[in-house]
Amino acid sequence: MEYIDRLPAMDLMRSEKMMLVQLIIPVESAHRAVSYLGELGLLQFRDLNDDKSPFQRTFVNQVKRCAEMSRKLRFIKEQIHKAGLTPSPSPAPQPDIDLEELEIQLEEHEHGLIEMNANSEKLQQTYNELLEFKMVLQKAGDFLLSTGSHVATQETELAENIHVNDDYAETSSLLEQEMLPGPSNQTGVRFISGIICKSKVLRFERMLFRTTRGNMLFNQAPTDDQILDPATNELVEKIVFVVFFSGEQARVKILKICEAFGANCYPVAEDTIRRRQITREVLSHLSDLETTLEAGLRHRDKALISIGFHLAKWMNMVRREKAVYDTLNMLNFDVTKKCLVGEGWCPIFAKTKIQEALQRATTDSNSQVGVIFHVMHSVESPPTYFKTNHLTNAYQEIVDAYGVAKYQEANPAVYTIITFPFLFAVMFGDWGHGICLLLGALFLIAREKKLGSQKLGSFMEMLFGGRYVLLLMSLFSIYCGLIYNEFFSVPFHIFGNSAYRCRDTTCSDSRSVGLVKYQDTYPFGVDPSWRGSRSELPFLNSLKMKMSILFGIAQMNLGIILSYFNARYFGNSLDIKYQFVPQMIFLNSLFGYLSLLIIIKWCSGSQADLYHVMIYMFLSPFEDLGENKLFWGQNVLQVILLLLAVIAVPWMLFPKPFILKRLHTERFQGRSYTALGTSDIYDDEEPDSAREPHLEEFNFSEVFVHQMIHSIEFVLGAVSNTASYLRLWALSLAHSELSTVFYEKVLLLAWGYDNLVIRLVGLAVFSFATAFILLMMETLSAFLHALRLHWVEFQNKFYSGDGYKFRPFSFAALNEDED
Amino acid sequence: MYGFEALTFNIHGGYLEAIVRGYRSGLLTAADYNNLCQCETLDDIKMHLSATEYGPYLQNEPSPLHTTTIVEKCTLKLVDEYKHMLAQATEPLSTFLEYITYGHMIDNVVLIVTGTLHERDVQELLEKCHPLGMFDSIATLAVAQNMRELYRLVLVDTPLAPYFSECITSEDLDDMNIEIMRNTLYKAYLEDFYRFCQKLGGATAEIMSDLLAFEADRRAVNITINSIGTELTRDDRRKLYSNFGLLYPYGHEELAVCEDIDQVRAAMEKYPPYQSIFSKLSYGESQMLDKAFYEEEVKRLCLAFEQQFHYGVFFAYMRLREQEIRNLMWISECVAQNQKSRVHDSVVFIF
Repeated sequence: MEYIDRLPAMDLMRSEKMMLVQLIIPVESAHRAVSYLGELGLLQFRDLNDDKSPFQRTFVNQVKRCAEMSRKLRFIKEQIHKAGLTPSPSPAPQPDIDLEELEIQLEEHEHGLIEMNANSEKLQQTYNELLEFKMVLQKAGDFLLSTGSHVATQETELAENIHVNDDYAETSSLLEQEMLPGPSNQTGVRFISGIICKSKVLRFERMLFRTTRGNMLFNQAPTDDQILDPATNELVEKIVFVVFFSGEQARVKILKICEAFGANCYPVAEDTIRRRQITREVLSHLSDLETTLEAGLRHRDKALISIGFHLAKWMNMVRREKAVYDTLNMLNFDVTKKCLVGEGWCPIFAKTKIQEALQRATTDSNSQVGVIFHVMHSVESPPTYFKTNHLTNAYQEIVDAYGVAKYQEANPAVYTIITFPFLFAVMFGDWGHGICLLLGALFLIAREKKLGSQKLGSFMEMLFGGRYVLLLMSLFSIYCGLIYNEFFSVPFHIFGNSAYRCRDTTCSDSRSVGLVKYQDTYPFGVDPSWRGSRSELPFLNSLKMKMSILFGIAQMNLGIILSYFNARYFGNSLDIKYQFVPQMIFLNSLFGYLSLLIIIKWCSGSQADLYHVMIYMFLSPFEDLGENKLFWGQNVLQVILLLLAVIAVPWMLFPKPFILKRLHTERFQGRSYTALGTSDIYDDEEPDSAREPHLEEFNFSEVFVHQMIHSIEFVLGAVSNTASYLRLWALSLAHSELSTVFYEKVLLLAWGYDNLVIRLVGLAVFSFATAFILLMMETLSAFLHALRLHWVEFQNKFYSGDGYKFRPFSFAALNEDED
Repeated sequence: MYGFEALTFNIHGGYLEAIVRGYRSGLLTAADYNNLCQCETLDDIKMHLSATEYGPYLQNEPSPLHTTTIVEKCTLKLVDEYKHMLAQATEPLSTFLEYITYGHMIDNVVLIVTGTLHERDVQELLEKCHPLGMFDSIATLAVAQNMRELYRLVLVDTPLAPYFSECITSEDLDDMNIEIMRNTLYKAYLEDFYRFCQKLGGATAEIMSDLLAFEADRRAVNITINSIGTELTRDDRRKLYSNFGLLYPYGHEELAVCEDIDQVRAAMEKYPPYQSIFSKLSYGESQMLDKAFYEEEVKRLCLAFEQQFHYGVFFAYMRLREQEIRNLMWISECVAQNQKSRVHDSVVFIF
C-alpha cells in the first residue's frame, strides 16, 4: 500500500488540482487584467451576476458597442465577398489602433461604403432601365415592323389561334385590321410596350386578358441575355411584351396591372425613323453610364481592398474586446464601487502565471493598488481539466464523449490510448489494410500544419481530429494482421517456412487427411498452412474466441482495479471492502478461472472441453470431471471458487447500505454525546459526505435499492460483459471472411480469364470493395465496437463521468469557436 | 379511425411534429417577458432577443432600431419556419398548413382594398401586408372597382375564391361593405376549415374543432360589439356569425338582438367557458375583452400540445408565435414611447 502511494503521480491519470480563487481588481486595471488573463487562458470565471439579465450588467454599453462594430465588420466582409474579392492581410505590418479609433474608422468605412453603394445602385438602376429600354426598342420595333409589313403572316398566325378562343381571334383580327391602315390611326388602337420577369409573364397575360375581356393582343419575345435586377443584384430572365388594345379605360387598367406586376413600361415610337433615333440616343447613354459605373466600381474595389488588409485583425480585435467585456460582466462590484470582484477556477500550477499576469496588468495600467488574488474554500465540485497534447487529446475526447470525468477521478483515457487501438486491431487484423490506413494517417499527420489551419468538411474534420487514433489503430492492425498472417486475406511466409507439409510428394490427400507437422511451430502468428485447409475456421474461431475472453477478462479486471484506486484516492474504505473485494472475487472466481483454464489448455495442449467444465461447475460441482480434468485438485478448486462467488453476491449487496445507515445515525445522534475521536475518523473516511453533512436526508430505502441495482448489474454484467467481448472474435471473423470473398470471388475469378477488360473490371471492383467496404465501413464498425467495449464494458466498472469540463476564458478558444 | 392515429401518424407527420415541438420550445417564457419588460431602450430588447431564437434575425440590424424592424424580423422568422414546414409537409398536412394562412390572406385583401379606396400607394400597402397571407397577384387587387371585379380579376385564382360566393355584389366598394366582406369571408373560411378538420378526423378534428369554435365565438362577440350602433340590421348581423361553435345557434340569436355591451355580457354569461372571461370585466367595459380573449386562446393553444399525433399543434404553434410577436410589438412600442407603465396591459404570457 505504501508502495503505491510512493509512486510518482501520472499526469493524465487524475485531472489537474483546481482551486477556487477570488480576484479583487481595481476598476482602472480591470480591463487590462482580464485581457491578460484571456491571453493566458487558464482561469474560468464564474458568473456572479447570474440573476441579472444581459442588459442590466455593468459593461452592457461596451458589449453593445462591440456588437455594433462586429455588425459593421460583417457588413464590410459581406461587401468584400459580394465584390468578389478575397480579404488578405497586408504584407506590411499594421499599426496597432485602439478600440475608439477603430470604432470611428469603421463608422467612416461603413458610411463610405453605403454611400458608394447607393450611388452605384442608382447608376446601376438607370443603366438597367436604359438596357431594358434598348431591348424593348429592339424587340417591340420588330413587332411593329412585322405587323406593318407581314400582314399575311399575322393573319395566318391568328387563324391558328381561332380554335383556342373564337372571341379572342375575332376581336384580335378586327383589331389588326383596324390597326393595319397605318400606325397613326384615329380609331384608338394603341399599344403599351414594356418588359417583365419571365416567371410572371403567364399570369400577367392572363390578368390582362381578364381585365380587357380579351380585347387585346399580347406579343412577347424573350430578351437576348439576362438582366441584372437592381433590387436583388441577381440576373433574371426578362421578356419584352407589346400589348395592343383600344380605349382609355383599358389603358389605365393595363398600366395599373403593369405596375402591380412590376413590369416596366417604355414608350416606343411608332415610326421607324424616330425609333432609330431614340435607339441611338439610348445606346450612347448606355456607353456613358458604363464608363461611370466602371469607374465607381474600381473606386469601391480599391476601398474594399484597403479595408480588407485590416479586416481579419479588426475582427479578431473586436471579438476579443467583446469577450473581455462579457467576462467583466460576470464580475461584481464591491461595496466601495472602486473594485471589481471576480471568482473563478484555475489549476493550481497556474497560480504563479496568473499572479504574474495580474502584476503585469497593474504596472501596465499604472494602477496604485495591485490586484488581490486569494484562494477560497469551496464546497462545489471543481471542474475537470486534463492537460492533453496532440496525441492524447483525441483519446480524451473519446472518453469525454461518454461523460466528463468527476474531479480527480481516475481517467480511463490513460489506458484507452493503447487499449482502444489494440481492441480495434483485434477486429481489423490485416496488415495489408493496416498499411493502407497507416498511409492515410501519415498523410494527415504530415500535413498537420496545413490542414489544421484551414476549414475542413465535417467528415474530413473528424478524420483529421482522429489522426493519431488512426495512426495507432493502423499500427496495431499491422501487428495483429501479422499475427493473423493476413495481407488482404492472403497469408505470407514471412517468418520462415510453414511447420506443416504434405504426407507425400503428390499432396493429393492434403485436403482430406491433412498435413503433417515436420518442424518447429511457426515462430510468429498463425501458420500460413492453415489457410484454405478444412480445419481453418474451427482453428481460427477457437483461437480468436479464447483470445477475446482473455482480453475481456483482463480489461474488466483493470476496470475493477481502477475502482480500487479511486476508492483509495478518495479515502473511501467502504467501497474497497464492500465493493472492490467482492467484485474482484466474483469476476475472477468464475471468469478468471475460465481464463486460467484457457491458458492451461493452450500450454498443455489438452483436449478438455471447457464448455463442459464451466457448465458442470454449476450444475454438479461435486461430480468427477473425468477426461476434462486439466490439473490436480481442479474439483476442489472449483467448489471453493463457486462458494466464493456465491458469498461475494450478498457481500457486495448488504453491508454497505447498513453501514452507511449506522454511520449516519451515529453522526447525527452522537454529535454531542459520543467521543469526538470516532466521528473524526468517519469524517476522514468520507470527506465527500462529511463536508456537506446536512444537505440531504439519509434515505435508507433509496440507498439500498441503489446498491441492489448496482450489485445485480455487476453480477449480470459479469456474464453479459464477458460474452460481449466475443464481438472481438465475431468482427475479426467477419473482416477476414469478407476480404477473402473479395479476393477470391472477385480478383482471382477475374484473373482467371485471359481478357484484359475482365481483369481490369475485376481489379476495379476489388479495389473499390477494399476501399469502401473494408477500409471505410469495416473501420467504422470496428471503431464503434471498440468504442462500446470501452464505454460500457470497461468504464462501467469504475467511471462515474459526472464532472464538468474546465472552460477557461481564453482568446485562443474564442477564435476557434467563431470560425 | 379515431384512436389509431398513433399507429400511422409518424409515417408522414412525425418529423414535422417533432420540428414544431422543437420550435415551440423556443417560444419566449415568462422570465424572458419579465426581462423584456424591464428594458429601457429598443437596443436592450434587441440585446435580450439576441440570446433567444430571434438572435440571428436581429443581429445584422443597424443600431437605431424601430419597432417595425423588430416586428418585421420576428415575423420573418415565423415565415421561415412556416415555409420550412410547408416544404416538408405531405398531404393532408400541407393543405392544413395552407388553411392556416387563409386568415391572413383575407386580412391582406381587405387591407389592400381599403387602402386603394383611400388612395394609398400600393407598394406602401404591400409592405404592411402580413407575409403569410401573400399571394401572387395580390398587387392587382388595386385594379378592381367592385366585388364582382375583385372576384373575377384576382381572387378567382386564390384559395379564397370559394368563400366569395356569398358576397358577390356589383355595388361599389365602401368601408362598410368591405368590412362585411371581411366578415363574410372569414365566416366562410372558418366553416370550411372546420369542415376540413372534421374530415381529417381523429384527434385533429377533436382539438381543432375546439380551437376553431372558440375563434368563431370570439368573432361573433366582436362582430356584435363592433356593430352596435351601426346601420347593420339584425338579420345581416346574424348572417355574419359562423354556423358552428358553442354559441351556435341559440347564442347567435341572442347576440343578434343585443343593443349594448351589457346585453352581450348577459347573453355570454350563460356559457360557462365564457362566463369566466366576462366575469373578469367590470360592467360596461369592453377594452380589456380582447386581452381576456387572447389569454383564454393562449391557454387553449398551449393545451393543444398536451396531445400527440394531431395537426392542431401546427395551428397552435403559429397562433402562439403570432401572439408572441404581438407581445413583442406591444413591449417595443411601450419602450419606444416611454410608456413603460402600460407595458403589462396587453402582454399575454404564453408560459
